[in-house]
Amino acid sequence: MPLPNPPAAEPNTGLPSAAQMEEDFAMAAESSSEEEEDIVMAEAGEVQGVVKDTRPAAEPLAVQTVKDEDMGVEIKQETRVEIKQEAKPEVKLEDLFAGMDSDDEDFITVVKEEPIDTKDTSIEILRIYYQRFFPWRYMFQWLNHSPVPTNDFKHREFSLWLHNDAVMRYQSYTTSDLLRKDVLRLMPRRIEIGPVYTADPRDRKTFRNSTAFVPMAKELCFDIDLTDYDDIRTCCDKANICNKCWKFTTMAIKVLDTALRDDFGYNHILWVYSGRRGVHAWVCDKKARALNDHQRKALASYFEVVTGKQGGKRVNIRRPLHPHLSRSIDILKDHFQEDVLETQDPWQTTEKADALLQQIPSLQLREALRKKWESSPGRASVSKWADIDALAQTDASAGLDPKDLLDAKQDIVLEHTYPRLDIAVSQKLNHLLKSPFVIHPGTGRVCVPIDRNDLDGFDPLDVPTLQGLVEEIDAWTETDGATAALAAVEMSEGGGARSSQDVKHMQDWEKTSLKPYIEHFRSFVTALMKDEREATVKREREEDDDVEIKVESIDF
Amino acid sequence: MNRIDIKKRNVDHRKKQFAGPAYKETQYPHRLNFYATPPTADITLEQFEQWAINRLRVLAELEACSFRNKTPAETALHMKPLLDKYLPLDATSSNSSELHLQRQRDHYSHFILRLAFASTEDLRRRFARVETMLFRLRFQTDDSRERAAFVSGLNLDWEPVSDAEKRELAPQLATTIGFGYGKRAQQVLDEDWCKVDWTRVPDLVEARKVYVKAGKAYVPGREQQSMVLNAYTKRLAQALELTARALPRLDEDDRLAPILDHLSKNFVAPDASYTGSGAAIEGAEITARNMDNLSQHFPMCMTHLHRSLRRDAHLKHFGRLQYTLFLKGIGLNLEECLVFWRSGFSKITDDTFNKEYRYNVRHVYGDVGGDSNRRSGGYSPYSCQKILTEHAPGPGDAHGCPYRHFSLENLTTLLRASGVGDRAVLQGVKEDKDSQKFHMACNRVFEHLHKTEMKRAKEEGVMTAAQLETIVHPNEYFKRSYLLKNMDGGKSQKEKGDVKMEG
Repeated sequence: MPLPNPPAAEPNTGLPSAAQMEEDFAMAAESSSEEEEDIVMAEAGEVQGVVKDTRPAAEPLAVQTVKDEDMGVEIKQETRVEIKQEAKPEVKLEDLFAGMDSDDEDFITVVKEEPIDTKDTSIEILRIYYQRFFPWRYMFQWLNHSPVPTNDFKHREFSLWLHNDAVMRYQSYTTSDLLRKDVLRLMPRRIEIGPVYTADPRDRKTFRNSTAFVPMAKELCFDIDLTDYDDIRTCCDKANICNKCWKFTTMAIKVLDTALRDDFGYNHILWVYSGRRGVHAWVCDKKARALNDHQRKALASYFEVVTGKQGGKRVNIRRPLHPHLSRSIDILKDHFQEDVLETQDPWQTTEKADALLQQIPSLQLREALRKKWESSPGRASVSKWADIDALAQTDASAGLDPKDLLDAKQDIVLEHTYPRLDIAVSQKLNHLLKSPFVIHPGTGRVCVPIDRNDLDGFDPLDVPTLQGLVEEIDAWTETDGATAALAAVEMSEGGGARSSQDVKHMQDWEKTSLKPYIEHFRSFVTALMKDEREATVKREREEDDDVEIKVESIDF
Repeated sequence: MNRIDIKKRNVDHRKKQFAGPAYKETQYPHRLNFYATPPTADITLEQFEQWAINRLRVLAELEACSFRNKTPAETALHMKPLLDKYLPLDATSSNSSELHLQRQRDHYSHFILRLAFASTEDLRRRFARVETMLFRLRFQTDDSRERAAFVSGLNLDWEPVSDAEKRELAPQLATTIGFGYGKRAQQVLDEDWCKVDWTRVPDLVEARKVYVKAGKAYVPGREQQSMVLNAYTKRLAQALELTARALPRLDEDDRLAPILDHLSKNFVAPDASYTGSGAAIEGAEITARNMDNLSQHFPMCMTHLHRSLRRDAHLKHFGRLQYTLFLKGIGLNLEECLVFWRSGFSKITDDTFNKEYRYNVRHVYGDVGGDSNRRSGGYSPYSCQKILTEHAPGPGDAHGCPYRHFSLENLTTLLRASGVGDRAVLQGVKEDKDSQKFHMACNRVFEHLHKTEMKRAKEEGVMTAAQLETIVHPNEYFKRSYLLKNMDGGKSQKEKGDVKMEG
């Protein structure tokens, strides 16, 4: 840890004023609380090299500012030097003033509140998470689509939700390191990702005409929230979820994923658990990112089937069924039988059964069913569903067009299984969405990506939590790692020399249950970057023959 | 070869500096035109102006049709005589000797109006909208074979779907043209499918009216019209944007600029008589003092503003704006207008009035403000369209269109207070309001209030049928009402007593 240079403060001359002295005392008081933080920092620094990397860069700035602020206070010289030594993470102070300049209206916070209460253990744990587990590198590559920082990243809006409930919008960073540094400084409890703008979001106020600063690109996003399923969920409601109702999400993902791939030809779709009761989809294909609001709205509406008021008939679709819907029904059929009829038993109560009857097209059939169900209370939904067909065969429903009944049944299946989207998220280019790998503040769960090939294996109640990760890393020992690494070496055909390096550079997340999720994310990002690069290369090749140099510069 | 190619060609400027560009005579193989290439041949200044005015007449009428919520069929019927008169365009098959001239006029007038209407965002949008309406009208009336030839010549980047692919996708495609369960392969094969990026037809995708596969939408022939129209609107909007940028470099100060300026002004207010002082009605005493009396000729929107002003001795911003412009439109001059507002705002001091309101009134009249404001004489009176669509009134506001922005109860109260008690009329107004035909409601009330005079006017032939057409401007309402009620001085004086304002 580099110490600040005491002589650097010497040029300070002049008379101390009472106010300035007070300020100094305040700072001294602050520094004492900072001490604890230091210790944690130091520990962290020992465990991981990465932490050290950022320190030196930040340090001189901090010194500079402290000096500037205290210009003319000589009496306090000693104290101040002490502050500087202790206040290694004092980066805050400097950035704090920088922040005040640029974000006066979007970022409303009281200066005195700014130094985070270091006694708050939850924030300390969060700091460890951001320092040691958060996959900065892959996040950067994911948003940047290339190893070298491009405008895709530089002009991207980040929005940070601080602990004092302030939201800093329009933050942007030229490199992944700066983003990391800012996050560690502010310790946001939530990071949201916005669109790529035509210019750097931080400069947005310098543009006079409104067309110079407009959102240009963003992943196409979808949001599925289980609260929207409350009228057909019998196991949980509101923010609660269990494995039973999680199935609704699973089938929604299947339908959406298939349609986005087959119908719209998108390939890079990242599904992310939102931490509590839903999932987000990030469609990252270049073509999807470039969609305008009109097209986004059209696409979102394409997936809007369960509309209408709650309580009434909620599915109104044209016949013949659009190919997308008939395929969706094929996908959903089995889920309807198992996950809805058997597991949820949606028509258990008389009211719910009545609502179902309302959708049966024939009056006679409806009455016959009602009579039958009234005579056997507690009849399971599976049987009720079967009753519809059984009774339709009898003469109770003479004159009923079998096609009408089929249509009605299809509507019912769709109502109970088809994805229910929060459409606002998908419609607007400039809608912000919570970043993957953020910790959900309510549950402490990490917003991990979901592998679409193992949807049924995903258990939302079993994803890594912040607390769990810290415990895991504490429990991890060198020997475990060595064994694991050794195993890895045996598995791969890599040489021995490389393997020893690997052991040294083993990332913290690799030592925890976060590993499969980050690996999944990494492979997703790699595939995306590969596609992106090929597209670029192809374009270059079309433009001129001088491709080689370009390719090299991208592919270092 | 067109102008763009000429510019792009790499010529040695020393050799070519004074060489005139060699333009090829423009050919018009199709009746319809996407107006991709600007005209290059010479025309006289008279032609320049006349052709543009003729087209403008058609466009203004088209816009009026949309204001009146006419159905496409009604519009087509209404426009036919006008189109035949001002902008005839015969099919290629007609073998008319006028064919080339007609198409040339169409071509030139379009580009002249582009110049005239490229200057502001508002004008550009309106121009693009009405031009699209005109295009749609012509597209629909075009001979189907010629239309197909035109569309194929557009090079819209459509990929036709091969028969093999049609057959393969028949079950899916069938559903989008209404054949579901039977999978009627023949219909699918007969239909003219084309394949485009789905992003080109978001509306069709949104409504699930097309089959989408791997990012391509399969559009059946009948939906292709909307795609052509979209393409037309989009290209026109882009072209207008470019024109707007080129406009300042148009070195045409005294020859074309006045004509263009004049044209665009006419378009701002479709009825030319409301752009300036020319609106004043001869013999009418348009003064601040006489306003209470004149207000009997006001349409409901202005009546309501007038009463609110008298009741509260105040009006909020948009109310003042709408009312001031109307008063300006009926010929109240600035001095009188200031007197009117000063006396209207009776509860405030002179000082407050001068500080807070005086400037706005003067600005509206073009007495103060930026160069362009003063040169153009301030703002134009609001048309019904503007009142209907812009700045919907909030609580405490008195502006807007009562037929649109009032609840039915309030509207009925207002109408009764203005002497409209007839049940049939009120019922008619209710129906018009329900079907969003606010103009119809307003005109219905007008006809009711002036039925005897209108009858007489028709009998005596004082006013032509054109003068008794649907009103789409509050000032037109006033003018017509005033003229009708004052066909001969004495009689109208008596009637004034009947519908006296309470203020």
